[in-house]
Amino acid sequence: MSDVCIVGIGIHKFGRTDGLSGLDQGVHAVREALADAGIDWPQVQFAYGSSDAAGNPDTMVDRLGLTGVQFINVRNGCAAGGSALFSAQMAIKSGEFDIGLAVGFDKHPRGAFNALPAEYNLPEWYGEVGQMVTTQFFAAKIMRYMSLFGISQTSLARVAEKAFRNAVHAPHAWRRQLVSLEDILEAPLVSDPYTKYMFCSPAEGGVALILASEKKARELGKPLIRLKAATMRTRPPHSFEVFAPSVDVVADDTKPRPTASRIASADAFRLSGIDPGDIDVAQLQDTEAGAEIMHMAESGFCADGEQEQWLAEGRTEIGGALPVNTDGGCLACGEPIGASGLRQVYENVVQLRGHGGGRQVPGDPRTAYSHVYGAPGVSAVTILER
Amino acid sequence: MRAIAEGLFTDETPPRLIGGKDRKSGRIVFPCPSTATHEPVPLSREGRLWSYTVQRFRPKSPPYAGPEAFAPWVVAYVELPGEVIVEARLDDVAFEDVAVGMPVRFEPGLLDRNDPASSHIPAFVPAELPA
Repeated sequence: MSDVCIVGIGIHKFGRTDGLSGLDQGVHAVREALADAGIDWPQVQFAYGSSDAAGNPDTMVDRLGLTGVQFINVRNGCAAGGSALFSAQMAIKSGEFDIGLAVGFDKHPRGAFNALPAEYNLPEWYGEVGQMVTTQFFAAKIMRYMSLFGISQTSLARVAEKAFRNAVHAPHAWRRQLVSLEDILEAPLVSDPYTKYMFCSPAEGGVALILASEKKARELGKPLIRLKAATMRTRPPHSFEVFAPSVDVVADDTKPRPTASRIASADAFRLSGIDPGDIDVAQLQDTEAGAEIMHMAESGFCADGEQEQWLAEGRTEIGGALPVNTDGGCLACGEPIGASGLRQVYENVVQLRGHGGGRQVPGDPRTAYSHVYGAPGVSAVTILER
Repeated sequence: MRAIAEGLFTDETPPRLIGGKDRKSGRIVFPCPSTATHEPVPLSREGRLWSYTVQRFRPKSPPYAGPEAFAPWVVAYVELPGEVIVEARLDDVAFEDVAVGMPVRFEPGLLDRNDPASSHIPAFVPAELPA
């Protein structure tokens, strides 16, 4: 079967844009992606749109043109963008369509996400006692991981320091000022062991990708960035997830728990026929600094505990063996849920085209990996190849 | 003692947490689901800290129903051996003394730690004084 290719990319700057709705930012990204692909809106045969908190994506046909295009809305937690991309890929693979759109945008209020127990099938008291707080889970997960595998708080700070340093060169990023390792470590704790610089913030932004069949991509004369795999998976038994009043006891608890990320990643590598060691650049979900560290292992790039040395040696830096989160990731871009997973793919396309400027991965990268994780145990992975 | 919700604690003195045992698989969860699929079972009072964090900012209301005046607390995951790992508050401990693996004991705590009339919530305390 021929590959699905990404032929156009567009983005609206992440962060805070007062006066512009989430949908406005999505439309901005779509127009940029259309121009990048060299096509007009009427040529788009279908669209999948993801937004968690900024309204129904299909309403953007009002702005882009009432062409009668098929437009399906996707809500899937933090995996929404990945799910939109997966669906768009399948629409082309099936032979039904030649060219279409995956778009994601969002606009969240300031502060932590405000989740209610009923939305997660949890009793009211769980929220009343103050446990309906996502940061508690992320902190408890890394606290356990640090105790099992000897990861230090300094390694957490290294991840955050790298994120802001990479973002200096990413025009679409939000927080683009350097923050020193010392300042990161000495900042107020939000949820131990994480200081305020080690958590990303809910934010705003929009991303659009135009996908096409290989035949169509050749007609458009675009460089062939092939989507070799796009997987979305849910959690396995015994996993530890956000908003968990209880966790299963297991016989051998000295290993990390199984996760949706491990399954999604292993399946993506299997489908693509590419090995983790062959990946040239990776974007890993880093809603907090420890997530990047744990996802390095969950994705299959290193063994649990090796991250301490990898970070000390700079192996995930732009010039390292496996550059990770080259645009600063969620830590520097913030997290507009519907757009976040697509931002990773946008950044990977930029890198594979060699358009990364000051953040360009050297050595002509040919393969790129992206990974998102979210509540209540969902993960989406993509692998691109040029 | 007034529990924050029905079906969380046993009526004994001192009380225990009530888990739910899946009638088919035997898997224990907390809290006990209200469906017929699960049988309520009293959980062990003694356990070990599986993981933790410190809640350093006041959660948003709703859903948080604690006092306006905020004081940080330890969010604990406690392993009750052979049963289940439960999430609860850890009281009566200095933050710097908290460590994964420390022995803890179930003791319901006040939602508002400064108001004796406040409802009781799932909580643990250290089982031994730190050395």
